[in-house]
Amino acid sequence: MSFGRPHLRTSYEQDSAIFPTYFQKGAAGLFLIFIVLMVLGNGAAGWIPTWLFGQTWLNPLTLVLPFAIAALGFNILTGVTGQVSLGHAFFMGVGAYSAVTLGGKGDGGVKACVPFADNIGLLDKAGECGLGLPIWIWLPLAGVFAALVGILVSPAAVKVRGLYLAIVTVGLVFIGLHIARMLPEYAGDYESGRKWPKLDIRIWKEEVPFIDMNEDGKWLGLIYLTEEQKQFFFLFAILLVMMAFAKNLVRTRTGRALQAIRDRDVAAEVMGVPEQHYKRVGFAISSFYAGIGGALWASYQGRVSPVDFSLLLSVEFVAILLIGGAGTIAGTMMGTLFVELLPKAVEKLTNWLSGNLDSGGVIGDLANIMLTSGPGDFGPVSTSPTAPGWPMSVFLWNPVIYGVLIVIFLIFEPHGLFGIWVKIRNYWKGWPFSY
Amino acid sequence: MSSNETGTSKIIEVEDITLRFGGVTAINGVGFHVTEGELFAVIGPNGAGKTSIFNSISQVYRPQEGDIRWKGKSIMGERPDAIARLGIARTFQNIALFGQMTVIDNILTGRHIRMKNNWLTGMAWFGPAKKEEMENRERVEDIIDFLEINEWRKHPVALLPYGIQKRVELGRALAMDPELLLLDEPVAGMNLEETEDMARFILDIREELGISMILVEHDMGLVMDIADRILVVDFGRPIGTGLPKEIQSNDDVIAAYLGQDFSEEISID
Repeated sequence: MSFGRPHLRTSYEQDSAIFPTYFQKGAAGLFLIFIVLMVLGNGAAGWIPTWLFGQTWLNPLTLVLPFAIAALGFNILTGVTGQVSLGHAFFMGVGAYSAVTLGGKGDGGVKACVPFADNIGLLDKAGECGLGLPIWIWLPLAGVFAALVGILVSPAAVKVRGLYLAIVTVGLVFIGLHIARMLPEYAGDYESGRKWPKLDIRIWKEEVPFIDMNEDGKWLGLIYLTEEQKQFFFLFAILLVMMAFAKNLVRTRTGRALQAIRDRDVAAEVMGVPEQHYKRVGFAISSFYAGIGGALWASYQGRVSPVDFSLLLSVEFVAILLIGGAGTIAGTMMGTLFVELLPKAVEKLTNWLSGNLDSGGVIGDLANIMLTSGPGDFGPVSTSPTAPGWPMSVFLWNPVIYGVLIVIFLIFEPHGLFGIWVKIRNYWKGWPFSY
Repeated sequence: MSSNETGTSKIIEVEDITLRFGGVTAINGVGFHVTEGELFAVIGPNGAGKTSIFNSISQVYRPQEGDIRWKGKSIMGERPDAIARLGIARTFQNIALFGQMTVIDNILTGRHIRMKNNWLTGMAWFGPAKKEEMENRERVEDIIDFLEINEWRKHPVALLPYGIQKRVELGRALAMDPELLLLDEPVAGMNLEETEDMARFILDIREELGISMILVEHDMGLVMDIADRILVVDFGRPIGTGLPKEIQSNDDVIAAYLGQDFSEEISID
């Protein structure tokens, strides 16, 4: 650092740092502290306001984390390499089922792991396959298996681009669902699924976990945490590592090769970047992230079924990418937060409105206009969660809101939330001048 | 202006290549060679097949007949990226930069074939990958200095003025440390000042780095000033090769540029 000009960069290392300025370093630090406070704010410490940092948001927020990991992978394939894929749900599924096969406790023993072993009918249950291995084995392998499957299908995927690739990868999702139906030993019942291994860290298969994640209590003998808080911090740590990997990838040779293929594939080849090889690399890395995300998501949920890995899940990632901003890590995070928390926010808002139905005043009137509590009432949102047809329930409104948001962002802000942030930042950087 | 003191060893030989697209013959029996350190120019009217010759050398197109030899070894049928690794770099007529990447990243992509870090070491960042990135960044900064584009280095290239984009593209090709540089209309659409700048860069590259070049260009003033030898093509056929002076007085070349029937038409009138 040179005296008098603290912001002067004196090495290329400083110039290509993840957080190059002191302001960014500080902001990242503050954000971390904010997250920790938010999670710790369970009312136990009186000085942390519970209205902001309450437990209400912890569960939805934890659920965002595995999605953010998978979204990073989607961003590497679609945002960075420019290959539009709708098969992300399939690779999440591969990761999730690798996890449950390696880490789950099956009632069928090892014998159940050989498909069609006792020659019974396809849909009869032979018992579930599970090896009960610890997380440090099943989590990395979930990513590796997904990546291997990615490499396996890549010969078909690297030869097509754009819309054609999207269609090829849609096919993967349906093939995956079909395989899941054929192999109940692995996938469990098609509708109700099976139980996933818990997020506990064991050294081997011992009874008491080395680091437990599913009971309230003192953690590592240091700090008292609830079950939810432990799981949040565990998943958050994995997310941070995966973010760092993604960022490093984008700022080095391989990341540039991927971007070059996105921007001009012919020119990239003439510059010595083998197009098909790097498309395969992008596909594999993206699948690895999807596998890790899928495994963590299923484990956090405890029980998922094959139908959860349907096309709608893939489309959710398209929404994340378009709303957050393609090609950037920060945009991916913003997009995931927005898309995954939106249903929760809409649900909360509806609950709040229905609580104010008869309160009169502006809020009461608004609630009356928006909500339908029974027949003869004409609001677009039904207060009943299982309402069929019109008026629709909150849960049915969510896909509609995604769709509308994708269209709005595509038309008005193609760079997504990240683009909006850049605009705001540049405005204040130049203020009071316009540029 | 240009010296004729070029090496005698042939760096690339193009032997009677013919390239057809269905019924259209884009290149019809074109042959030439370039010696070490030579600045060879290819000229001809629009659609004559000049850019197709470049695409054949970098194997984006595969000529059906003939042979292309790099230092005596045939390169027919190789992948374009393998051609790049041999040491053949090129620029494009309609700029083909990586639009969303910054100037630095574009030129660093040119360093791709000279770097080794892969996705695994890249993800880890610390260690050999970081060292290599920093070393190559230094190389890129040298090129940025040389081409005088310092102020643009962190801008996404799609937002830059046309003349600057052309320079970035030259920089990206230079970053490959090539032995042969294919320049496809480096001054097309430029004003006089920009053209003079670019001519200066081309001559500097030649004198300081000793890189052989093949130049496709419509600006006759530039070509006649800086080229050592010139090949003229018309409708895919070669109609003359020689020193700039010989080309200027070649009847076939004059006919190709001014029209075959030019003199007859005047006599009819």
